[in-house]
Amino acid sequence: MSGKEPVAVVGIGQTKHVAARRDVSLAGLVREAARRALDDAALDWADIDAVVIGKAPDFFEGVMMPELYLADALGAVGKPMLRVHTAGSVGGSTALVAAQLVAARVHGTVLTLAFEKQSESNAMWGLSLPIPFQQPLLAGAGGFFAPHVRAYMRRTGAPDTVGSLVAYKDRRNALKNPYAHLHEHDITLAKVQASPMLWDPIRYSETCPSSDGACAMVLTDRAGAARAPHPPAWLHGGAMRSEPTLFAGKDFVSPQAGKDCAADVYRQAGITDPRREVDAVEMYVPFSWYEPMWLENLGFADEGEGWKLTESGVTELDGDLPVNPSGGVLSTNPIGASGMIRFAEAALQVRGQAGEHQVEGARRALGHAYGGGAQFFSMWLVGAEPPTT
Amino acid sequence: MAPSRDVAIVAFAQSDHRRRTDELSEVEMVMPVLHEVLRRTGLKTADIGFTCSGSSDYLAGRAFSFTMALDGVGAWPPISESHVETDGAWALYEAWVKLLTGESDTALVYSYGKASPGSVRDVLSRQLDPYYLAPLWPDSVALAALQAQALIDAGDTTEAELAAIAARSRDAATTNPHAQLPGARPHGDHVVAPLRTGDCPPIGDGAAAVVLAAGDKARELCERPAWIRGMDHRVEAHALGVRDLTDSPSTRLAARRAGAFDRPVDTAELHAPFTSQEVVLRKALDLDDSVRVNPSGGALAANPVMAAGLIRLGEAAARVHRGESDRALAHATSGPCLQQNLVAVLEGESHVR
Repeated sequence: MSGKEPVAVVGIGQTKHVAARRDVSLAGLVREAARRALDDAALDWADIDAVVIGKAPDFFEGVMMPELYLADALGAVGKPMLRVHTAGSVGGSTALVAAQLVAARVHGTVLTLAFEKQSESNAMWGLSLPIPFQQPLLAGAGGFFAPHVRAYMRRTGAPDTVGSLVAYKDRRNALKNPYAHLHEHDITLAKVQASPMLWDPIRYSETCPSSDGACAMVLTDRAGAARAPHPPAWLHGGAMRSEPTLFAGKDFVSPQAGKDCAADVYRQAGITDPRREVDAVEMYVPFSWYEPMWLENLGFADEGEGWKLTESGVTELDGDLPVNPSGGVLSTNPIGASGMIRFAEAALQVRGQAGEHQVEGARRALGHAYGGGAQFFSMWLVGAEPPTT
Repeated sequence: MAPSRDVAIVAFAQSDHRRRTDELSEVEMVMPVLHEVLRRTGLKTADIGFTCSGSSDYLAGRAFSFTMALDGVGAWPPISESHVETDGAWALYEAWVKLLTGESDTALVYSYGKASPGSVRDVLSRQLDPYYLAPLWPDSVALAALQAQALIDAGDTTEAELAAIAARSRDAATTNPHAQLPGARPHGDHVVAPLRTGDCPPIGDGAAAVVLAAGDKARELCERPAWIRGMDHRVEAHALGVRDLTDSPSTRLAARRAGAFDRPVDTAELHAPFTSQEVVLRKALDLDDSVRVNPSGGALAANPVMAAGLIRLGEAAARVHRGESDRALAHATSGPCLQQNLVAVLEGESHVR
């Protein structure tokens, strides 16, 4: 047989993301998401050929290579189990590695899962590397990214309020997503704009929370998709790209690796005009300003124009390019799982199963994740129809 | 099941493995190895279709340690790249699957480990069940000793036989210029009974890299490619109390899926950090005395954690490249007492061109 096997998403499961899941162990957390994904696909543990698991740094839970201990909880005993770690993009990369096992016909049905239980430690300081690895200037990821947000504002002349619009939108979208961590029923734009400044220009309400959560998906081949009880999401394109953390000439505002990754995905999916041909986007926006920045990086807006889409309401749930209908990373952030949640939410949209945050008639959706010093990118484009090539 | 595409290991390079490398960062340790493996193929970073690495933040003592190692690759313009938080053998597996999809024709795989800055026996105890086992800090030698004692109790081995494995391995390592412990040395006192100093791997730092290529590209890059005829990996239950430590069903299953039992192999590179684990693996793989086991000296001669498994695949491939093996088995392990195991079968074409 020649060519790649088409890959279908037939099961999706998430935990209710919260600040601290004190009621479950790490094993209990991942099993909950996995069980929900299996139920969605009407499959059981024995139907799974392999498990691909991802999470961000092991220090967050204080367990080295926790997949070894989690093998039993994920029904992986006697099966292949692969652990992926590509920084913040890991949830997306993990799904892509799992998809390749199906595409290469190594396995028929694969369970993929990503998680983080951040209440086990303090993620902000976990991300602040000690001397001698880094100069003692930064506190958390916000300290790293704030200057790049400022550079974007200076470069494009975007008004100061754009970031707050993104946060206000995403937090309201989260109210329609029962799995989202933050459900701020009394949110107002004025409250976002009055929240304390954390890392200038990023305010408290414009940053992601720290969450405990897991997300799982069942990926399968054509035969598996035919047996699935619910409509599948089909993989039309997927890619990863990386570039170094620091180098002379690096564009932190719009990294080349992100542009290349998106271009590869669009090429595979046969998309020439993403702004018109993509119906919904789940992008990795940990700080509000990254929405307009990624809109440009991913080719949805010309350089310098991304903030205008946000400002004019194009990215609202009822706009013509809804971005983060789930509420996004700004409302839910178990770091290692955040990328997979983006991928899974994109799949939910084209399956028509996103519930209250469903984008009407979504046929093609993009899932996006990034990590490290804006240097690791993973993306997939899923559709309601099987790929034609 | 035969793989859907012919993919081979076409080049292998490794560092000299040493007890300490205080003067080197991970990037400085990895970079010469990457340069050497690329030089062997004549490829440049930009020619590589996919790059995948394996390492552990717990050895480096910092989060995202692999991001800096990427500087050694020279990922500019941006590259298609991934990373596994485990031994590089699994990075090779991920890259192999990528090549099987047909999306790429070449892949660079590397891994590294610096065990010297910390106490690796204690660090590895952080791999254990965090609720019931890790709080007791059972170290890696103590757990291996439980396994060794179980083998002795079952009549599968003796302390004398274990000592012979240690001696054979270090003797073989005299022909391996990269080995940390070449040549005969005293077997020493018990570290944790029944394991003596000689039964345990050296602690040290090192790195390794291989290049994979598919089909005609492999023939173009290498005189005698080491074709991957099959590769599979399996994991076992985590709790030691529910496993039979004298056996390795995951190794046997992976070997069967990789086609290792279809025809005899002439060489086996086994990732057995402790002498007693070679006994378990020989049993699981049905290896008799006609098979050359660990001609490189194995992990008993050099054990850079997170790279030692990839080195087994590289050493087996290098033997095929040199015409010293026609069909070799390579094995890698991860987790306490051989919890997770990978087996690959490598072959050279029957005629050396």
